[in-house]
Amino acid sequence: MSSITHLQFLESEAIFVLRETAAQFQNPALLFSGGKDSIVMAWLARKAFYPARMPFKLLHVDTGHNFPEAMTYRDWFVDEIGAQLVVGSVQKSIDEGRVQEEKGPYASRNKLQTVTLLDSIEEHKFDACLGGGRRDEEKARAKERFFSHRDEFGQWDPKNQRPELWNIFNGRKHFGEHFRVFPLSNWTEMDVWQYIRQESIPLPSLYFAHRRRVFERHGQLLDAETGFIPILEEEKDMVEERLIRFRTVGDATCTGAVESSAGTLDEIVAEVAAARQTERGTRADDKRSETAMEDRKKEGYF
Amino acid sequence: MDVLVNPTESSLLRFTTAGSVDDGKSTLIGRLLYDSKSIFEDQLLAVEESSKRRGDAHVNLALLTDGLRAEREQGITIDVAYRYFATPRRKFIIADTPGHIQYTRNMVTGASTADLAIILVDARLGVIEQTMRHTYLASLLRINQVVLAVNKMDLVDFDEDTYHKIVADYMEFAGGLEYTPNIRPIPMSALNGDNVVERSSRTDWYEGPSLLEHLESVQVQAETAQDKARFPVQWVIRPISDADDAKLGNLHDYRGFAGRMASGTFRVGDAVSVLPSGMKTRITGIHTFAGEQSEAIPQLSYSITVADEIDTSRGGMIVKADEPVHTEQEFDAMICWFADKKTLRPRGRFYLRHTTNEVRAVVTDVLYKVNISTLEKSQESQEFALNDIGCIRLRASAPIFFDAYSENRTTGSFILVDEQTNNTVAAGMILKPVANVFDEGSEISI
Repeated sequence: MSSITHLQFLESEAIFVLRETAAQFQNPALLFSGGKDSIVMAWLARKAFYPARMPFKLLHVDTGHNFPEAMTYRDWFVDEIGAQLVVGSVQKSIDEGRVQEEKGPYASRNKLQTVTLLDSIEEHKFDACLGGGRRDEEKARAKERFFSHRDEFGQWDPKNQRPELWNIFNGRKHFGEHFRVFPLSNWTEMDVWQYIRQESIPLPSLYFAHRRRVFERHGQLLDAETGFIPILEEEKDMVEERLIRFRTVGDATCTGAVESSAGTLDEIVAEVAAARQTERGTRADDKRSETAMEDRKKEGYF
Repeated sequence: MDVLVNPTESSLLRFTTAGSVDDGKSTLIGRLLYDSKSIFEDQLLAVEESSKRRGDAHVNLALLTDGLRAEREQGITIDVAYRYFATPRRKFIIADTPGHIQYTRNMVTGASTADLAIILVDARLGVIEQTMRHTYLASLLRINQVVLAVNKMDLVDFDEDTYHKIVADYMEFAGGLEYTPNIRPIPMSALNGDNVVERSSRTDWYEGPSLLEHLESVQVQAETAQDKARFPVQWVIRPISDADDAKLGNLHDYRGFAGRMASGTFRVGDAVSVLPSGMKTRITGIHTFAGEQSEAIPQLSYSITVADEIDTSRGGMIVKADEPVHTEQEFDAMICWFADKKTLRPRGRFYLRHTTNEVRAVVTDVLYKVNISTLEKSQESQEFALNDIGCIRLRASAPIFFDAYSENRTTGSFILVDEQTNNTVAAGMILKPVANVFDEGSEISI
């Protein structure tokens, strides 16, 4: 008998973790951003509980700074997989004075999401949140567990994590604590793309090459069409239409584009294979300091 | 090297690396990642910058995995780090375990999901106490493939006799273990790349494969189809809404046991017994989202339906009717203790998590502890502190369904969870059930 392929293994492992999450928690939510990792995770959740519906809601933490294409896609996809969506709004958190909007040209609502996320968790009494994070993405994530404990303030204590052995996941917790669960921990960016291709999973058009007005800031190509990114006076001349695609899709203010002519999944897989930069290299939010991701995660970020 | 994995053919190999401080482990991993083009430009650049800032003489590849602030500040590795790379033939997951702090706990954790262990030895020092400790742990966790990487061969002028002496010492030690894995020794210089990816001309006396060649081709004894069929039940799938019925056909009576095939195979029509009741029935369907399957194979996830209405749920298990599983409350097990603030003693109580089951358990006896430097068994102390390994007897509040760990890594393993903190405080490997005195022919007359 030939052994199973690595994609079969990863799919089965993720399904196992999704089922463990449903079984070990009372009210889990699946964090859905409209990005490819959360799309793959939701796709796997549909498989895991088929022919029943997935026993948890999708939670979208909405910064209000969305690419319109991502929102259209979100609503279509949620309906397609028969899931239920709840939205936590960063705009609402700002309006209620829970957080203060950053000022200036580099303002981003990325960091503000943490408060909205933790508020949503409390409001809906979610006791576990499924995230699409992968260990290959970023060095602080490399030490993340499948079942990651959060204290009652939503904080992560990376130095004091529960060891994870075999396939036995320990989701025991005290009242008020919750867990973040990462079914795609062992996937790489390449695995995600190969799986999307294998399964023919529809994606937001942003992932494929398209013409868009962009400008360059600190070596990154940023969107100039949605109007969410304040463009400095001296940058205005640099705005031009280019053939680009996004390698990650998140908040429009911190998602960088790459020049690309990859218009099909095959072309994207070939491009990812040849890429010499990690996908998070296009994310401004990680560039704030060497341990920016860890610092945000400790406070309760995704 | 072509980096594109062929998704329809490539399999997965999980391995762990073990070595003392300065054995060149980070260099070796860095080289595997770099030569397989798994380190990206921006990662390398970031590591180069950090190294410079820290005043390191060389590019410190450990900074690739040591991502936590405390680790970078103190120059130590706190935790198991997982790294990924791929060649066209295989995808690899490395569990990189730190060499000094909390070594045993980390290596046991990394080894629990590994099919292969690379054990590094400094060619100048040969087999040392650490080497034996690492090998013992690999053997305890039943990793059946070990690579003995005799590293820093450049510092002993690639001397054949030195290499053979180290290999002979190692074989003698490993041969004396209760369980001896398959051992592939390779002379190496991770720093210069000798025998890492390409075979080296400087070891022309060596006729074996390079490390990567070996990793790409080695057959690992993962959960095989020949083993006894075991299917722990995770969750019961019951579509109940009328809307689902309309969409998917009549599912009112659908009751699927969801889980992952731990070992062995099931085919539709197989006679099975369903635990906890042990009632016999037949498999009527092996379902996945992609459609009905004729066979369930190890490691893949399914939803299984059976002919009769049998009461089981999470924590239950489906096994082949002619391949019974131990169903007992009391058993002996090897454990490794993980807690730094608490100890384990006789009469200690825990939550015991085994497959998808959770029961309470009490330590009824400490049989012996193992000194992992000398491998001697000792009954002097009844108390386990952090990183202690030994054999205990446990009694569970209800029967659990298990095999010996030596026969089945999934149904033979468990963890102990502290009742107050909910922390995972021990890893356990079941040896055997405790024979029930009434089964030993001692008839009781009334």
